[in-house]
Amino acid sequence: MTDASHKTATITRAPTLSLGQVLPWVISVIFLVAMPTIFQSNSAITIMNQMMITIVFALSYNMLLGQGGMLSFGHAVYMGVGGFFCMHLMNIVEANELPIPLPVLPIFGGLFGLGLATIVGSFSTRKAGTVFAMISLGIGELIAACSVIITAFFGGEEGMPGDRTYFLPFFGIEFLQQIEVYYLIAFWTVLSTLLMYLFSRTPVGRMANAVRDNPERAEFLGYSARWVRFFSFSAAGFFAGIAGALFAINYEILTETNLSTTQSGVILLIAFLGGVGFFFGPIIGAIAFTLLQSVLSLQSEIWQLYLGALFLATVMYFPGGLAGVLMMHVPAAKFGKLGTLIVPYIKTLVPAVIAIFGLAALMELSFHVRHASAGDDEMTLFWTTFNSHNALPWIIASVATVGGFWLARLSAPSLKEAWHRANTPKGRPA
Amino acid sequence: MTAALEITDLKKSFGKAEIIRGVNLSIAKGERHAIIGPNGAGKSTLFNLITGRFPQTSGSIKLHGHDLRGKAPFEINRMGLSRSFQITNIFPKMTVFENVRCSLLWSHGYKYSFWNMVSRSQDLTDGAMEILDQINLLQRAELPAGLLSYAEQRALEIGITIAGGADVIMLDEPTAGMSHSETDYIVELIRKVTQNKTLVMVEHDMGVVFGLADQISVLVYGEIIATGHPEEVRSNPKVQEAYLGAALEAEH
Repeated sequence: MTDASHKTATITRAPTLSLGQVLPWVISVIFLVAMPTIFQSNSAITIMNQMMITIVFALSYNMLLGQGGMLSFGHAVYMGVGGFFCMHLMNIVEANELPIPLPVLPIFGGLFGLGLATIVGSFSTRKAGTVFAMISLGIGELIAACSVIITAFFGGEEGMPGDRTYFLPFFGIEFLQQIEVYYLIAFWTVLSTLLMYLFSRTPVGRMANAVRDNPERAEFLGYSARWVRFFSFSAAGFFAGIAGALFAINYEILTETNLSTTQSGVILLIAFLGGVGFFFGPIIGAIAFTLLQSVLSLQSEIWQLYLGALFLATVMYFPGGLAGVLMMHVPAAKFGKLGTLIVPYIKTLVPAVIAIFGLAALMELSFHVRHASAGDDEMTLFWTTFNSHNALPWIIASVATVGGFWLARLSAPSLKEAWHRANTPKGRPA
Repeated sequence: MTAALEITDLKKSFGKAEIIRGVNLSIAKGERHAIIGPNGAGKSTLFNLITGRFPQTSGSIKLHGHDLRGKAPFEINRMGLSRSFQITNIFPKMTVFENVRCSLLWSHGYKYSFWNMVSRSQDLTDGAMEILDQINLLQRAELPAGLLSYAEQRALEIGITIAGGADVIMLDEPTAGMSHSETDYIVELIRKVTQNKTLVMVEHDMGVVFGLADQISVLVYGEIIATGHPEEVRSNPKVQEAYLGAALEAEH
């Protein structure tokens, strides 16, 4: 895992902010503001809301894994508990007609997440590695189990519902519309992301990287590895709590699944898919995952299989995640040779994609033949409806798989060569 | 004047094995003190005891008159003692510049701050660049430290060790595994960066020891059998018998 996230742009940098530092943020904000005008349907806004909540949660998770070297199997707990507290707060506001506007709710969610994280962190951050991972798993299971025992707080199996519209109107906005909630979540997503980014630039954020790389050396520089971990852990809990509050606002219900280890596993998967070595990695991971989840789950019943395969492929072949794949192209771009890669990429990737679709079609066919009710031979795949018991679809899928794979194999060496050439500075022999 | 480092009757056992068997040592301020001895004599253990990596079984270690018993490495570091490691011990995924800057943070009073931006602090940047200049790694500043050559990593290790401004510097075999020219380079570097500081080092290379040290202690089987000026130690019959003779013969 290469880590370029803390590569300072320039060492003898100017004290003022440079354009390169500000530009990504400005673009992101414009993008977030413009998105609902491009995708106006309610379902699109629902997906985008979920995406932003996942971004905050994934970035908070990466404060532990990517920045601090702490592998947590129980991070959902901090988001969940923050969310449950917010749910109760919502109900208290409703019952007592307290004059609190909804947009400040995430602050409370964050504080509750922070509170829980300081308690757990006080003993779990003593060691990193396996000890930390096991404690996080244990605490995760413990609190998940509590959710069905302490029903007064967690609402048992039905979960804890609430109503966000009883808050004090915020400049006349009562958050009845999905779009109003979108902008509230967008605001908090940008703010949290900015704060988490700035945290990584502070002394304690830098030392989190140092402790991740070499805890013992950090101790001999005057820093207690345990305290550094504790600060990262608490901060991660705070932002997880914010994500939980955003979840509470968006869905108006929290259930035990919000606390489950499955959720904790999913966020690990998302962070890894996006790339834990880069600050922006989890953002890409959250976007890609939410899209895949919402698009694939509509198209296929076995979408989790594809997600699992993607995760495996990432871990095995691209340990830097999607962000790592993107950043791999920086040297070539610096040499001005990125364009030379386009044709070789098309030559290899198009057949590869065909092979993947072919393989997916084969799996869908098998799944349909095995699991569809008797007599139901009709299936729809890639917008075509056909009989899954005919030989033709099987033949087409097999040919696409084998042929695509063969063509990709055939052109792979030339892609490799083009890659090598693109990463050699001009004027030097390749 | 209190000694920079005062060790009295220090003992350390691992289970039944007694590794350090009563060491007495006093190192004055500004002294360059080398600890030598055959393999397995307990030199590295002694280092680890002084720096708080292991707890001592009995005896006392005093840094500028303050007892170090029960102190964690980070507390000892804050009291003005810094060490390097026999095996290169840097932050491999961070840039060379970041490595040095991290080692400046505590001494510049940033502690566990999460409200300062490190890149906005000119004193940190200047301080780190100055150290990089001293260890001749300015050109390498932006590289991940793990990509440096072995000798450069050793130089960086020394840079990290001295950066915090500690006045007692402990180097554990700084020239281990180096070629002749690299060794000369590192010795010059050590001489340069430890001026006006107390230096304690473990070293196998007798050329380095006699070239750099004002005082030498010979550690054999967990005990110091001789301490003194290089010439005294060289002519001490006990030392020659135990260790140095063989090593000196090999040298010449």
